[in-house]
Amino acid sequence: MNSVSSQPENLAGPSRRYRRRIGLRMSPGRISSLLAGGLLILGFLPFIKLGLVVNGLILGSVIALGAIGLTLVYGILKLGNFAHGDYMAFGAYVAFFIVDGVLPRVGIEGAGLGPFTFGFPVLIALPLTALVVALGAIVLDALIYRRLRDRAASTAILMMASLGVAIAIRGLVQLIWSGETQHFPRESRQVYHLPMDVRIPPDGLFVAVLAVILVAGVYALLTYTKMGKAMRATSDNPTLALVSGINTKQVVWWTWAIGGALAAVAGVLLAVVQAQLLPIMGWKFLIPLFAAVILGGIGNPYGALIGALIVGVSMELSTQWINPSYKPAVAFAIMIGVLLARPRGIFGDAP
Amino acid sequence: MDISGVIDYLIGFAIMAMIYAIFTLGLNVHWGFTGLFNIGIAGFFALGAYTAALLTSPPPDPKQFEDFIFGGNLAQHGFLDLGIDLWFFVGIAAAAAVCGIVALIIGTITLRLNDDYLSIATLGIAESVRFFFLNEKWAANGSKGLYRIPKFMGELVAPENYDYLYVVVVLIVLAILFVAVQRAARSPWGRVLRAIREDEVTTAASGKNVFHFKLQSFVFGAMIMGIGGALFAHHVRFLSPLTFDPLLATFVIWAMLMVGGSGNNLGAVLGAFVVWGIWAGTQFLPGIFSDPSFRLFMIGVLIVAIMLWRPGGLLGEWRRIIERRPASATGREPAGPD
Repeated sequence: MNSVSSQPENLAGPSRRYRRRIGLRMSPGRISSLLAGGLLILGFLPFIKLGLVVNGLILGSVIALGAIGLTLVYGILKLGNFAHGDYMAFGAYVAFFIVDGVLPRVGIEGAGLGPFTFGFPVLIALPLTALVVALGAIVLDALIYRRLRDRAASTAILMMASLGVAIAIRGLVQLIWSGETQHFPRESRQVYHLPMDVRIPPDGLFVAVLAVILVAGVYALLTYTKMGKAMRATSDNPTLALVSGINTKQVVWWTWAIGGALAAVAGVLLAVVQAQLLPIMGWKFLIPLFAAVILGGIGNPYGALIGALIVGVSMELSTQWINPSYKPAVAFAIMIGVLLARPRGIFGDAP
Repeated sequence: MDISGVIDYLIGFAIMAMIYAIFTLGLNVHWGFTGLFNIGIAGFFALGAYTAALLTSPPPDPKQFEDFIFGGNLAQHGFLDLGIDLWFFVGIAAAAAVCGIVALIIGTITLRLNDDYLSIATLGIAESVRFFFLNEKWAANGSKGLYRIPKFMGELVAPENYDYLYVVVVLIVLAILFVAVQRAARSPWGRVLRAIREDEVTTAASGKNVFHFKLQSFVFGAMIMGIGGALFAHHVRFLSPLTFDPLLATFVIWAMLMVGGSGNNLGAVLGAFVVWGIWAGTQFLPGIFSDPSFRLFMIGVLIVAIMLWRPGGLLGEWRRIIERRPASATGREPAGPD
């Protein structure tokens, strides 16, 4: 805004803002809060069940897949997408349809692939589902959100519309697949026993590894491809991105494609981890998703990843002391705590 | 067809529609006037209903497999015994107070931040309230729910005539709240709220403390919702955490306000009747139309459609002519918290 005040910023390097976004800038406040957090974790370590941490990391990787898409959409399109959880649920049901309704007709059936409870069909369904939900997200944008953006509608109107989309998707899912509990064809499998009373279900290992691969892919895409750079630029400053010749239309499409695909995979993985599908499962997942996004700072995918892991581990660890059905409330409490202490997220500036 | 059965049905319908109208008025204060995006109405709904129910219900009967420890039945202590039970009014006032306090806490945390944080926080509150009443059996009997909630001044009339009394009670409360909200909206206070909705920065620049006004509006609307919850408790007289699912306790109310026109109190009341009429009426239709999932789908489509084509609601805000003229001259969108 003001050339005098921006001068020192330029001397400090033009990428200061970027470094702040990815959380490399170390301020005394941040160092002390990291230290405090570290000490807190160290102090609690003797009382912590390591098995719960492992469960938390598995849950956290599912949250991360959803939260990265949510934070990209939030940052680039300025839309807090209340339908994101329902994109996840829709993805899970599309995969269920493929596994249960389509693949058996061409003779592909089965459960209990290797150490996993689910079968080969789920692996085939995963990319197809990601494609379907990504396309669906782009179509919904063209039908609804693009018109609202063209009209320069406020964020509240956009969010309200996304709430309507969420309700409509859930109604549609219930209408087609009924509100009853479903599940992928599965066979029970042994869990891996590790020392210190750690038990890892093989499915959880699959979830975590797939999440790591996808997150690495998103990282590479955002860091090295032209489109990824354009997306980050648009997230930073949409007007500047537009005048510097970035094709914002394509950026919007790619954002929805990535967000939708990740949400679909997250939904399928959630259904695998929970061993069931319910139409409400996506809506119930919204609070952990938003908690991770806010914890990491809105628009910051790397922050969302860290935030998701923190939220996931905290949710699982809390079951050691309080009723497990309070897990979403724990995510909510974390979110409120962050809003009080560091509203821009743990990697953002102090208030 | 039995004519008295029809009348009874219509009375029951009117009670529910008017209770929903109270919620729609509360939401109108939030969204219609101030542009506060509250999608956790269910939380205030549940808090109000449970507060009023626990204050007036009889204490738990150990023979009935009840787990809760509250259940004051304050009426039995003879306090303020004037022939009619004033404790019902205490219950309603307490419901409003509890919702107001919760709104104050949430508002203080989130209203200083961006608009979107409030919506996420209200969503979290609604879910947390539900988890609380579901899991803390000592508070309100958990998933088995609270029953034997007394009738509001039920000793005045014969049990079969209770609905005739209650429809008048709800009508009076709705009328009082309507006048209160209408006056508040027309007052300078209401003008500031609308100014905040239209342009926060300009309002702040004219010396108004935007945060304080938003907080007042949020607390005021939440208290109205608490009163609605209390009236609901004395009407259905059975509460369980499942009563307060987001569909019937949040989204329907949003649809009502959207249909009626945000910023328009009369429209809000009208919208409550229209949407509740459609909702209640479609259950008699054959096939897919009475399917709850289809109705859920249609509510979502309705909200999206209104956001796309009439963001101010179907009726829209009634502006004075002096306000309307420049708006149409510049081709601005009619009335909407844009």
